[in-house]
Amino acid sequence: MLAKRIIPCLDVKDGRVVKGVNYVDFRDAGDPVEQAAWYNGEGADELTLLDITASLEHRDTVLDIVRRTAEEIFIPFTVGGGIRTIEDIRDTTQAGADKVSIMTAAVEKPDLITEGAERFGSQCIVVAIDAKRVVGDEENLGPAPDEQIEWRVHTHGGTRQTEIDALEYARRAEELGAGELLVTSIDADGTKAGYDVELLRRISEHAGIPVIASGGAGTIEHLYEALDYGKADAVLAASIFHFRELTIRQCKEELAERGVPVRL
Amino acid sequence: MIALIDYGMGNLGSVSNALRFIGCEFEITSAPDGLSSADGAILPGVGAFGDCMENLREYSLVEAIRDYVAADRPFLGICLGLQLLFGESEEMGTHAGLDIVPGRVVRFSHDRKIPQIGWNQIEKRQDCPQLEGVPDGSYVYFVHSYHVVPEDESVIATTTEYSYEFCSAIRRGNLFATQFHPEKSSETGLQILRNFVKVVEGQ
Repeated sequence: MLAKRIIPCLDVKDGRVVKGVNYVDFRDAGDPVEQAAWYNGEGADELTLLDITASLEHRDTVLDIVRRTAEEIFIPFTVGGGIRTIEDIRDTTQAGADKVSIMTAAVEKPDLITEGAERFGSQCIVVAIDAKRVVGDEENLGPAPDEQIEWRVHTHGGTRQTEIDALEYARRAEELGAGELLVTSIDADGTKAGYDVELLRRISEHAGIPVIASGGAGTIEHLYEALDYGKADAVLAASIFHFRELTIRQCKEELAERGVPVRL
Repeated sequence: MIALIDYGMGNLGSVSNALRFIGCEFEITSAPDGLSSADGAILPGVGAFGDCMENLREYSLVEAIRDYVAADRPFLGICLGLQLLFGESEEMGTHAGLDIVPGRVVRFSHDRKIPQIGWNQIEKRQDCPQLEGVPDGSYVYFVHSYHVVPEDESVIATTTEYSYEFCSAIRRGNLFATQFHPEKSSETGLQILRNFVKVVEGQ
């Protein structure tokens, strides 16, 4: 059976992990390559590296990290942050990324999705959707199938609101050639109070492509809700794994006990 | 020497990295000669079926691959490198393949999400050296919208279930090809690559 995926995410700034694995005996705790290898050993199904460096000058630093990581880990590897052009996609995949995650540029230039999919295959193009509620309860993000809720797409790391409806955008991204959707709830992100499962469920039910849940994970129950009620195909999380509050194996064992197919 | 066939379809980085990691010596080649002198050959593949065949023709690799496989020399096809071995594919129109293995390449015919992306399990249909040490139920990584349907079921090496059971690897003598990506399938995948190297060395 196709397994639900658990994907740790490394946030990298100026070539160093900023939200990374703490309290582990690393030679160099800020080294993304070392942390990537550690997650690989932990049983991660995939790895995402998000470059949150604001400036463009660090492009080479990131590509170097991607190259060194790809030499060490043999699971799918997604790189996001600052991917704006076809050349960026080419450079990143040539360095060893299997997929790129595109956010702001995909909203501003939707052609990038199509062109990227034609050149590198849909499987390579993950469209990241940062969504925030503009209608509906922003605090209670649990199941609410009958509630009238609307989400707007945000860009620039969640700082700028657009007038684009998140559900419509998800459909559009798929039509344009996206291979997967990485759906982050801005309302939930950083709260550790759970994913916006209603957002996930509504997008998953309409999408013919896999949905990766992001933003808000604090417990195994949250992962379960995103995969079960939210119908997500994968869950991405940063802090819960980095601070070793939970190991990936622990999550998988408990999810398996609750009937979720996982790779153990 | 193992030849990693480069026919201009995407980068060979992941496969190269995995081969280097397991300490396998290989050479990237786009020339028919590079293939004829090789002890083992790997045909990776990303992209659309029609484009890939077009490129194989342009690089004059069609006959070279057919001859190579006909001599039962060790061959590993990965993903599209499996599909290309078949008679024809229905991906974006009908395209003729290498026609080394009788059968067709068809799109998943169900309402589950397409492409299938992620880790799924393989069940062995035959004992082959390429799958030594890989137990039934092992997880491997898939990314695909199409799958192969061999005419002769005895070539099926593994099956996988995605709504229905499909052929996820084939083997005929020293010809072995997988729908999944061993180079992205963690330890299981590396084991399959090591097994292939062993087959090459045993020749």
